[in-house]
Amino acid sequence: MTPQLKEIATKFHGKIEVDLSKAWHFPKGLPGFEEEEEFVILPIGENEQFQVLQSTKEAGVAFVVANPYKIVEEYDFKIDDPTVDLLEVKSPEELMVLGIVFIKEPFEDSTINLQAPLLFQTNNRKAKQMVLNDKRYLIKHPINKKKLDEIKEKTTSGKSE
Amino acid sequence: MLVLSRKAGDTIKIADNIEVKILEVKGDTVRVGIEAPKSVEIVRGELIQSIKETNAESLTLDLDWYKNLKDNK
Repeated sequence: MTPQLKEIATKFHGKIEVDLSKAWHFPKGLPGFEEEEEFVILPIGENEQFQVLQSTKEAGVAFVVANPYKIVEEYDFKIDDPTVDLLEVKSPEELMVLGIVFIKEPFEDSTINLQAPLLFQTNNRKAKQMVLNDKRYLIKHPINKKKLDEIKEKTTSGKSE
Repeated sequence: MLVLSRKAGDTIKIADNIEVKILEVKGDTVRVGIEAPKSVEIVRGELIQSIKETNAESLTLDLDWYKNLKDNK
């Protein structure tokens, strides 16, 4: 693909030049951000765990994202038909999955949205935040395993080990 | 908004390919069955609302925290 360079204003990276041929197209935006249809993924310095999903239109719309499988290894879900149609998915290998991270203070309290993963179709670069009709995963899943164990302990309190 | 009164067992047709059926009314809970083509997205209203709110909250990260993340490999 021929590069389409464009200077955009970003939340964390200042004004930078991005290659729009590598942008991700969200035909329906994201829930609550229906107007934001084009995003780029930007690195956070040398940090390998997190990246930024930056709108190319609104500098202020920039989500921290992470690979959910690094947090919940056995994360699995069914991709619904409207999503398969929208992203024109032919095989699961075409998809990249990321989760939006809600960074909190202290950092250990941060959560990742596993109930509405971001799906990226790597061949046509279409993307969507898909809402799972699935109660196994939380909108605010602790990224810290210790925190998760604490929550689990609270919900099963009374039972001794 | 169109408002209809329905009883258990009654249905509502939407366009020619969606049918909503009232299955059961028990106390303050109504069980609803929906038949629609697979291409139609059906999501609980409050769930999509929570996701909208969490998306908006997730944007509140400030630059200091970004710098922390940056230095934290």
